[in-house]
Amino acid sequence: MKLKKNIATSETGFIFNPATGDSFTANALATEILQLLKQDRSPADIKTLLLNRYDVEPNQLEKDWDDLVAQLRDHQLLD
Amino acid sequence: MKQRYERPLIKKLSAGPLNKFGARTEAQPVPDIDGAPVKELLRAFGSPLFVLSEKQLRRNYQLAVRAFRTRYPRVQFAWSYKTNYLNAVCRVFHQEGAWAEVVSGFEYEKALLNGVPGPQIIFNGPGKSRAELQRACELDSVIHLDHFDELYELLDLAASLPRRPRVAVRVNLDAGVYPQWDRFGFNLENGQAWNAIGRIVGSGRLELVGLHCHLGTYLLTTKPYGVAAQKLADLAWSCRTQLNTPIQYLDLGGGFPSTNTLKGAYLPGTDTAPGIDEFAEVIADTLQRAGFRQDELPLLILEAGRLLVDDAGYLLGTVLATKRLADGRRATILDFGVNVLFTSFWYDHKISPAGDFSQHTEDTVLFGPLCMNIDVLRDSVNLPLLNRGDQVVVHKVGAYNMTQWMQFITLRPAVVLLDEQGRPHRIRQAETLDYLQQLEEVPAHLGPHPPAPSPKERGSQPSATTTPG
Repeated sequence: MKLKKNIATSETGFIFNPATGDSFTANALATEILQLLKQDRSPADIKTLLLNRYDVEPNQLEKDWDDLVAQLRDHQLLD
Repeated sequence: MKQRYERPLIKKLSAGPLNKFGARTEAQPVPDIDGAPVKELLRAFGSPLFVLSEKQLRRNYQLAVRAFRTRYPRVQFAWSYKTNYLNAVCRVFHQEGAWAEVVSGFEYEKALLNGVPGPQIIFNGPGKSRAELQRACELDSVIHLDHFDELYELLDLAASLPRRPRVAVRVNLDAGVYPQWDRFGFNLENGQAWNAIGRIVGSGRLELVGLHCHLGTYLLTTKPYGVAAQKLADLAWSCRTQLNTPIQYLDLGGGFPSTNTLKGAYLPGTDTAPGIDEFAEVIADTLQRAGFRQDELPLLILEAGRLLVDDAGYLLGTVLATKRLADGRRATILDFGVNVLFTSFWYDHKISPAGDFSQHTEDTVLFGPLCMNIDVLRDSVNLPLLNRGDQVVVHKVGAYNMTQWMQFITLRPAVVLLDEQGRPHRIRQAETLDYLQQLEEVPAHLGPHPPAPSPKERGSQPSATTTPG
């Protein structure tokens, strides 16, 4: 899973897609995940990191991860 | 220690028209009701759970009474049983001084069991049986007549009674409200009401003591009450001058709104519903100018229901699941449905999370747990990012839900009253399967329900899909 190369993200959660002109806002966790994706970390790596860092059950994270991927796909932010 | 988790969210920024209320969500966390923590209430009494605030019930009653008594010398409230006839709720209002206004035989008996004396029960409604009429006459309650069939029934009954039953005539009239509620009572403009009054007085068998009018429900303007008060006062004046029958009371009914937001309303109910002082001003002012001498002013009876109880009621519940719909919208499934929150058909109920949350919110559809397409609590509401297990508080649910709720797919939950110190008292148990089964009977030829086979027996039996030969 890879973010499109031209997607601009900021540390405050602002996302801009120059190809479509769409802009988005992300909450803290979505921002963190996007930063990790931009560093080419694998989904499995990212999930492990999040499970260690946040108070969340693996099933919950798995479900929310799938939902985030669906959101990114809907907004045409994935390659 | 691990950090607090909030599920990841991405929202597209739109350059379209702004939300009319701005960017901020209406939701603020509501961790407690009158000091009683939501989490503790749900742990102790189960989820979902109705909660009523005794403090708010009493405050609402006192404010409403004050609004009228400071403007008119003779005022009496009668608690509208159908709005919420849980005994504890009724007794709070009776303790405050309210009479009872009932519309069925069982409500009548409930009022008696709640200690209301017969003469302080107003018996309204279009469906009173002969036995119920007789009981009300024997206990000297006032019967509000709804139609001629009832009038003739009562005249017939009165012939065998030792004293004249006390009656009032329910009048429907044109006060500028559309649609006009003309299904209850006798119409004023076409002469029906005057005809009924003439028959009552002429019979000599009934004592006409009052005139009653109930314009409608959730009226968002005060003017019709002024029109109705004037027309009732004129009618009372005619009774006195033409029939030599002074009217003891005028009953302006209820229909006063709470501050819930009606579905389809552009502005929230808090901004559009007139306060009770405004209604009191119009009604009292009209009656004061109607021509009665101060010592002859009729008693003013009011049958407020929703106004007194709606904002004292809360429904607490729990998120069962969240999901995404085909069009990308978020959906949240709660553990209470429209069978329990009946008023979600009328209102966009305010719903708050019980716990803390970040500033991020999302639009979501709120569904109940029923396997029925109609089970939609809010079509669209902006809420924080809820997860399974999160608790929510629905506001202003005290009116009609705890009487119109249905046992349908899920059972009805418990109800708790928080006393004035915030201590919880269960006032209705949650329903159980046993309770539900009590009223059912199975014909003998259908036999007793076979006991469930043990695992061993199941192993030696044909499978469920095999038809015995």
